[in-house]
Amino acid sequence: MRLPLRNLECLWGEEKLIKIVKRDQPSRAIFFLTPILAIFLTLVAGGLIFYILGFKPFEALKFFFIVPIADNYGLSELLLKATPLCLIAIGLSFCFKSNNWNIGAEGQLTFGAIVSGGVALLFYDQEGFYILPIVILAGAIGGMLYASIPAILKTYFNTNEILVSLMLVYVSKLILDYLVVGPWSNPEGFNFPETRQFSDSARLPLLFEGLRIHAGIYLALAAVVISWFIFYKTFLGFQMKVSGFSLKTAKYAGYKGKKMIILVFLISGACAGLAGVGEITGPIGQLHREVSPDYGFTAIIVAFLGRLHPVGIIFASLVVAITYLGAETAQIFMQIPKYTGQVFQGMILFFLLASDYLLFFKFKFIGSKK
Amino acid sequence: MHKIFTRSLVSSLVFLFTLTVSAVAKDVKAAFVYIGPTGDHGWTYQHDVGRKAVEAAGYETTYVEGVPESADAERVLRQLANSGHDVIFTTSFGYMNPTNKVAKEFPNVKFEHATGYKREHPNVSTYAARFYEGRAILGTIAGSMTKSNVIGYVASFPIPEVIRGINSFTLAAQKVNPNIKTKIVWAFTWYDPGKESEAAKALIDQGADIIAQHTDSTAIVQIAEKAGVYAFGQASDMDKFAPKAVLTSVENNWGPYYVERVKAVANGTWSQKDTWHGIGDGMVVISDLDSAIPSDLQKKVKKLQSDLASGKVHAFTGPIYDQKGNMMVAEGKTADDGMLAGMMTYVKGVEGDIPK
Repeated sequence: MRLPLRNLECLWGEEKLIKIVKRDQPSRAIFFLTPILAIFLTLVAGGLIFYILGFKPFEALKFFFIVPIADNYGLSELLLKATPLCLIAIGLSFCFKSNNWNIGAEGQLTFGAIVSGGVALLFYDQEGFYILPIVILAGAIGGMLYASIPAILKTYFNTNEILVSLMLVYVSKLILDYLVVGPWSNPEGFNFPETRQFSDSARLPLLFEGLRIHAGIYLALAAVVISWFIFYKTFLGFQMKVSGFSLKTAKYAGYKGKKMIILVFLISGACAGLAGVGEITGPIGQLHREVSPDYGFTAIIVAFLGRLHPVGIIFASLVVAITYLGAETAQIFMQIPKYTGQVFQGMILFFLLASDYLLFFKFKFIGSKK
Repeated sequence: MHKIFTRSLVSSLVFLFTLTVSAVAKDVKAAFVYIGPTGDHGWTYQHDVGRKAVEAAGYETTYVEGVPESADAERVLRQLANSGHDVIFTTSFGYMNPTNKVAKEFPNVKFEHATGYKREHPNVSTYAARFYEGRAILGTIAGSMTKSNVIGYVASFPIPEVIRGINSFTLAAQKVNPNIKTKIVWAFTWYDPGKESEAAKALIDQGADIIAQHTDSTAIVQIAEKAGVYAFGQASDMDKFAPKAVLTSVENNWGPYYVERVKAVANGTWSQKDTWHGIGDGMVVISDLDSAIPSDLQKKVKKLQSDLASGKVHAFTGPIYDQKGNMMVAEGKTADDGMLAGMMTYVKGVEGDIPK
């Protein structure tokens, strides 16, 4: 796989043909093209890995990316998987745009699920139209409360929000563990770590009979529209952008930094909390130890792959969602280890970060001196 | 030329033969859903050994590993049911509700759920092993070999299955050594080498010179090896991971059950049932005893093993008292399966409280 030395000399040797030049300004076109480049490189590298492992690369890629969504059921599963990723990533983009590194969306999701699940359990033997809205609201509030901890600690005590939010993830999982093992466990469930099933009134309605895609997708779409409006049409969006570029400039302009930090964390937490609600009142229907297969962490990849742009995040969440489904299909039909799905997610992020080099540098063709 | 001809004739004959074999076996396809990686050398590893036995019996098998107990389990199950599998083994407790849900949609596919209690549809069976019989043997060895009279026990979750194991272990140990105490550390995980190691270290610090475990990784026996104390392997024979520390292991042997059930599907004789097999049926297997165990104790253990297998001895034979001294099982009586299935109290001699 080594490049022939001669070519390298052409690039950097005496007779420079191509020169690497720093751009005056990051290229906007490249900004939106690199995610596509990253996906393409991931496919190539993935195909190569399959080939080395002894699988037919094109067949493997077909089972990975096409077969899982070849019918309505598959499409519904794709949307089901993409919904929490999109919702969380939208929330995270508020934080990331304004230079607030909220790494703890998984914890905010879990805590949102705990609060809304607790409310749903209060109503476990009741029916009524009012139950679902309360349950959803409780989840959003739970996520907000949990996100407010790193926000307040950052604004008033100058702590590092990366560490605080990350460590709170593990705390939230332990709280969930404690609740489902102990006080909230199903009294008829032989002490197994799970709660009762929620009543039907606390479940998000299904969109189509026989498919699992549920009304939670409307929450994600609403988040997309609202975030687009806030980012590009409001003063808050402008403030976030300025703070993202330079905190000093933002301060100089007289923006109230503390208020904004708390606000973006609250929005982010609410989105993650709602994603948690979607999982437990959608397909799962109860609380147990594993409400999320680390959606909160994967959504970080989604947010960056989508370039923190609401529309980009929609596409990114679909791309990342399919790596989950594809990994299962590839194992069932081709006996490819399921963990390759995570390898693909890692590769996407890696190639994206690597190709960001092109944002700031360009190859300039000079021609031979001779 | 002649040589090539013979060779191709032979190979085509072989090909035809495999074709006929696979045509016969192709009738039934079995799928397995695993919670962990097949290389965990514990719970999932042993289920995969069982799957290979089904494969060796001439049936086609598929597996999906590392399936979280989140909303994903349902999708994997539905996809397996949809892609021509006739029987699906779901090998973790958390798959209970998804298994029953998907079973309702696919009445022609048989579902076998390990360690659960819900059989809501006629095509769902449940199965589990009487691991507590194996733990009675471990308890006998531990009670005889401890010098500090403190035995450590790394437990996973406070569910009846685990409590039953602790009790069976402690009762057997007390029978040979009335002074022993069983100290429990709850790891609240089935598989987390880091947490399991911490738990084992804590128990060794508290004076335990033998460590038993009801979690699945090999971390604990490796810690025991380093600390120079004894330990028991869980789920698979863990001797090669800690040759000095491991006295024996309780192996989960699912193969015979899996082959029997897949055959039943092939013959059309499959019917719903709740299976709970122990040493006698070969679902629980005791690995080779380490040479560190004195020969008279080895004899005693072998005798207990055959008595448990034949049913002459029951691991829960009265009198059994709880921690407060209340009688749980009267003298001469044995605990029935109902009591075992819902067992949520420690017997006398276990230290601490069950986490609530």
